[in-house]
Amino acid sequence: MQRLLRWSATITVLLLVLAACAAPGASPSSSAGGSAVASGQDPTTVCAADPFGCVKYGPTDPINLGTSLAITGANSSLGLDSQYGVKVAIALRGKVAGHDVKETDTDDGCSADGGTTSATQLKADPTIVAVVGTSCSSAGIKAAEILSASGIFLLSPSNTAPSLTDPASHQPFYARTAHNDKIQGAAMADFACTVLKVKSAATINDGSPYAQQLQQVFADNFKSKCAGTITTQEAITVGQTDFNSVLTKIAAGKPNLLYYPIFVAEGALITQQAKQTAGLEHTILAGADGIQTPDFLAAAGSAAEGMYMSGPDLAFSGTFYESTFIPKYKEISGESAPISVFHAHAFDATNMIFDAIEKVKLTDAAGNLYIPRTALKDAIFATANFKGITGNLTCNSDGDCANAKISVVQVKSGKYVRIWP
Amino acid sequence: MAMVRRLLGLHERLSVVDVVLALLRIGVVVLVVTGVWATLNKGTFTLKAWESLAVSGVALGAVYALIALGYTLVYGILFMINFAHGEVFMSGAFTAYYVAQWLFLSGFLAQNPVVAFLIVLLVAMLVSATIAVVLERVAYRPLRNAPRLVPLITAIGASLFLQNTFRGLYGAGVKAYPSWPMFTGSLHFGDVEIRVTQIVVFVAAILLMLGLYWFIERTRTGRAMRAVSENKDVAAMMGINVDRVIMTTFAIGGLLAGAAGILYTLLFNQVLFSMGFVPGIKAFTAAVLGGIGNPVGAMVGGLVLGVLESIGPYLLLDGFNIPTPNQLTTVVAFLVLVLVLIFRPTGILGTKDAT
Repeated sequence: MQRLLRWSATITVLLLVLAACAAPGASPSSSAGGSAVASGQDPTTVCAADPFGCVKYGPTDPINLGTSLAITGANSSLGLDSQYGVKVAIALRGKVAGHDVKETDTDDGCSADGGTTSATQLKADPTIVAVVGTSCSSAGIKAAEILSASGIFLLSPSNTAPSLTDPASHQPFYARTAHNDKIQGAAMADFACTVLKVKSAATINDGSPYAQQLQQVFADNFKSKCAGTITTQEAITVGQTDFNSVLTKIAAGKPNLLYYPIFVAEGALITQQAKQTAGLEHTILAGADGIQTPDFLAAAGSAAEGMYMSGPDLAFSGTFYESTFIPKYKEISGESAPISVFHAHAFDATNMIFDAIEKVKLTDAAGNLYIPRTALKDAIFATANFKGITGNLTCNSDGDCANAKISVVQVKSGKYVRIWP
Repeated sequence: MAMVRRLLGLHERLSVVDVVLALLRIGVVVLVVTGVWATLNKGTFTLKAWESLAVSGVALGAVYALIALGYTLVYGILFMINFAHGEVFMSGAFTAYYVAQWLFLSGFLAQNPVVAFLIVLLVAMLVSATIAVVLERVAYRPLRNAPRLVPLITAIGASLFLQNTFRGLYGAGVKAYPSWPMFTGSLHFGDVEIRVTQIVVFVAAILLMLGLYWFIERTRTGRAMRAVSENKDVAAMMGINVDRVIMTTFAIGGLLAGAAGILYTLLFNQVLFSMGFVPGIKAFTAAVLGGIGNPVGAMVGGLVLGVLESIGPYLLLDGFNIPTPNQLTTVVAFLVLVLVLIFRPTGILGTKDAT
């Protein structure tokens, strides 16, 4: 019996040691061996000098692009829409640096936990060159932290919370092609003042960084631009279903406008319950880009009719969007129309990464491809006048690359109709 | 000191625990009274607003009462808390969504809304009852003689299993029920405006509870259920098929939960794979609040909890100028449970054993 125990203990320890050695991420990703190409730079020295090393691909290996988007759950149309944008970019681009591109998709869960999980998953794979994501700012804050610590670049097509590119909290390996909500909040306040001509407003946020910061920007601008009054700023929790008490409280202040820049599940319930709350019958309802999706219309039903929503302006200049992007999008996704609003931003983000890879790539005599991580980051931040669908993109040092244009749509007969500017 | 004790009618030595509990009692009362007085003084809500909050609390409470009945009936017979009951509630509502959607798309709902509603209700009740019975057979019956902790853990495991099974079957997205054309609008009773859906929910819940009462008191199976809950072994000796009775209890709990699911969707018309978890825990709270094992207690507890949840946070906390008290709704609900368990563990109406 004793001998059996000793044997099994030894074997267990041996197995554990083998497992630890074979685990991904244990082997260094920096280059090793191979004679360098005489012209240009020596990959070995460049990669050794780069604080985060290089991503190495064999001559026939595909380049691995990661994505971290909200592809399941109530906000899946937001994430899937961006993911289709990435797929269209890969399909239309073909090869990058002579290599095919493959995608590693993960789910950001539209929450801090989801962002942490997805970033940890991606960081464990040493072949990931960069990540397009996240969808939700709550996930983005955590994911940017984790990926920046490993030198993996995170380029977001959809995060809009101001804190992500605030100099005080900005992560070094993070940038975004989506607008900064400082612009969206101001645009919505402008719309409320000049078009709707309302004098008082109330806001609801769901505690997420995106909603909380966006409604604050709106409130600040509403107060300063048109001397409007904010009757109350309320908060709810994600997953809550009963909003009668908070809506009754808001109704007591008699606001002309109710702005709730939150997500599909709670947004739909609030829209329905607001229509049933005494005192809110004449209040205009408005949301933001989190609910600009057909899923919201299906969930809210006729209660959403006449509602306004701010979001990125999809009236892009040029013909590429309509003639090339949309047909390819429909072919890849099987949908009859885009299901959310950040697909073009995802397309531009993917191409920005590819352009940066082309700029900093190194090859050795054996045909291996090396992409130094810090050089890639610098190349992306150096993007200037990049001709994307969303406009001419130039990244500033804080990570805002977007050509931010906000539009307001209204729900008319169950469809989103762009009405402003 | 002895004089004081005799005056106060205390016959034993006061321990530290007694003093702390007494102080806690006084503290809670003072806080509640101050909060309520300050809120009413502040006047953010009109009387009409409080009334409408109370009405929606009663409607939600009726749903909690129906789910709580499932918990209480099972506890009465098996002395175990069926933590998977929230998922039983979810399964009926979620499955019936597809039936409702099919009826809506085929136009049947527009033509015969009442019949369509009854079909959806029936489907939900049957699915929930089936899940409850299968749960009992697979997860609880083999553990009938195990120590009390084991079925409890199994119940939690079953809850997670059912949640994720339904997530796998129906997806992780939120689905919205089509609106029922006959349940729109509201009625006025004097000054108070009550929505038709709230009336339907409340009336349906009352009817189901009366039906349950009649079933338990007036039928043979009901008598068998009462016998088994009193003493399982003697009931078996009297010739009652205990297994069959337990299965019937779970089935009835399932039927009520399925109905509660449809009524819940009348109030908040979204279904989601995780929609059963929190109402399940709240219904368990309601059952304990009213007295676990006592069906009338479950009904009373459900209504009390619904009203407390609706009015409580604002009534208590608005006076202290705490922002957005509605985010503390669940806190208030569970705080009530904790206080009830400290000061009156048998619940408002007393447990089955105490009566």
